[in-house]
Amino acid sequence: MLELRDVSLKLNGKWILNGLNAEFWEGHVHAVVGPNGAGKSTLAYTIMGLEGYRNIEGDILFNGESIKGLSVTERARRGITLAWQEPARYEGLSIRKFLMASSGGRGNVEELLEKVGLNSDYAERAVDKTLSGGERKKIELASILAMKPKLVMLDEPDSGIDVASLEKIFEAIKLLKESGTTVILITHSPAVLKQAEHALLMCNGMIVDKGRIEKILPFFEGKCVPCKHKNIPDLNEKEEDEDGC
Amino acid sequence: MDVDLAKLAEIDDALKDKETAHIMIDINRVISRNDVPGLRVETVEKKDGVDVKVKVEKGVKIKKEVHMCFGVTHSRALQRINMEVDVGDDASIAILSHCIFPKAEDIKHIMEAEIHVGRNAEYRYIEKHIHAMEGGINVYPKAKVRVDDGGKFKTEFELIRGRVGVLDIDYEVEGGKRSVVEMSTKANGREDDIIKVKEVAFLKGEGARGALNSRIAVRGKARAEVSNKMVATAAHARGHVDCKEIIQDDAIATAIPIVEVRHPKAHVTHEAAIGSVDTKQLETLMARGLDEEEAVDLIIQGMLEG
Repeated sequence: MLELRDVSLKLNGKWILNGLNAEFWEGHVHAVVGPNGAGKSTLAYTIMGLEGYRNIEGDILFNGESIKGLSVTERARRGITLAWQEPARYEGLSIRKFLMASSGGRGNVEELLEKVGLNSDYAERAVDKTLSGGERKKIELASILAMKPKLVMLDEPDSGIDVASLEKIFEAIKLLKESGTTVILITHSPAVLKQAEHALLMCNGMIVDKGRIEKILPFFEGKCVPCKHKNIPDLNEKEEDEDGC
Repeated sequence: MDVDLAKLAEIDDALKDKETAHIMIDINRVISRNDVPGLRVETVEKKDGVDVKVKVEKGVKIKKEVHMCFGVTHSRALQRINMEVDVGDDASIAILSHCIFPKAEDIKHIMEAEIHVGRNAEYRYIEKHIHAMEGGINVYPKAKVRVDDGGKFKTEFELIRGRVGVLDIDYEVEGGKRSVVEMSTKANGREDDIIKVKEVAFLKGEGARGALNSRIAVRGKARAEVSNKMVATAAHARGHVDCKEIIQDDAIATAIPIVEVRHPKAHVTHEAAIGSVDTKQLETLMARGLDEEEAVDLIIQGMLEG
């Protein structure tokens, strides 16, 4: 479904992603884990083709087609989408209009809200600062469900979410998987990691391990502590730390 | 767009309702009106417009929104509306004003208003404009307003459908003790439209409150200039001036918020932001499959209609 071929990205003179090779399979839930500054979100932005993240080395293939030169819209229209860690706020734009736009005008707003644990009263509220961080995350997730994507990247889906709401988020992830969507969870939370089947462990812009979560989880929980590369990845400092990151 | 205002008066539900006051003016003719008890409306037809006097009797609360329609269905005309509004003590009225210029090629619409809001009275005026896409229209709303102690004055001006042409708003309001003054303007300019907003509020009475809000979007070669001013001269007066403008293409936007405080116990704040559409807002919508133009339109629509 999605393949990274030797993907590297340099930002402000530093290599933030460094020779990534990976495959994400159709209908599976994958996780990309690693400490802060490992390059997890950068990888998601690069796959989505956001401004400033398109000038990559290597290639990204989606269903066998290179998407390297495609705009965000073109990638989205092929079925790729992204939920931000901190979702955007829109002054005055109603949740109904936001979800309808996300669904291409064919969504059932009340049903979508119910799926993320919100009642229909939310439909006429604005996607703005009057919503709590958790509510905005749920609206973002509802917009993903509305779109029915082939591949979705959820960046830190648990941030700002209370324990009760987290279950709803996990249910939504299951719904996506059941509908055949490939899910990539960007996380440093073991609880979120457990929702996945496969995981990539990233550090310093590199993939340092990959496999089923049974293999990655203990390693991530026990050994992958913040290392000297945190937030300042640099190709010239490629040698491994003692902790393996 | 073909609009027959007389026909509209016959079919519009609000205008057919006998409990809803309305007045409909086509250039300089009053073509339909309905009065309700406690509300006195006098009109004088002039060569190029209509003088309108509105009086709400003391203590009368007009239950349903009063509809005012100032239209010009011709392509070229001058329409001058002189309004005098007097809302008696403890009275209240809300007016929904529709200004329709569907065929405008060269139209000048001048509205000059003198408004008095009595003690503990309420006056709300919502003005919505619908213009043609040709842009040949000049709109000059001007008002001098006095709000007595405990009175509330609220205006919302909206011009987001069709071309703006030239819009030059000039409002000045004085608020007495514990009065509330709120003015909001929303306009969407394109091509060579010109938008000027000048709103001034004097919070003269103790405990007076005020808010001036502008939401403007300009694209193409349109220009917008918002110069809002709030002056607080009494103890415990509180105010806020807020302006947000989105620009696209070669448009130019200016914001000049002025706050003046002349009493140590008064407090006025301001906020102004001008810029293009926020990248994250844009990319979120694009990541849902909208193209850039659709995404920008939706963001601007939200800001202006919300």
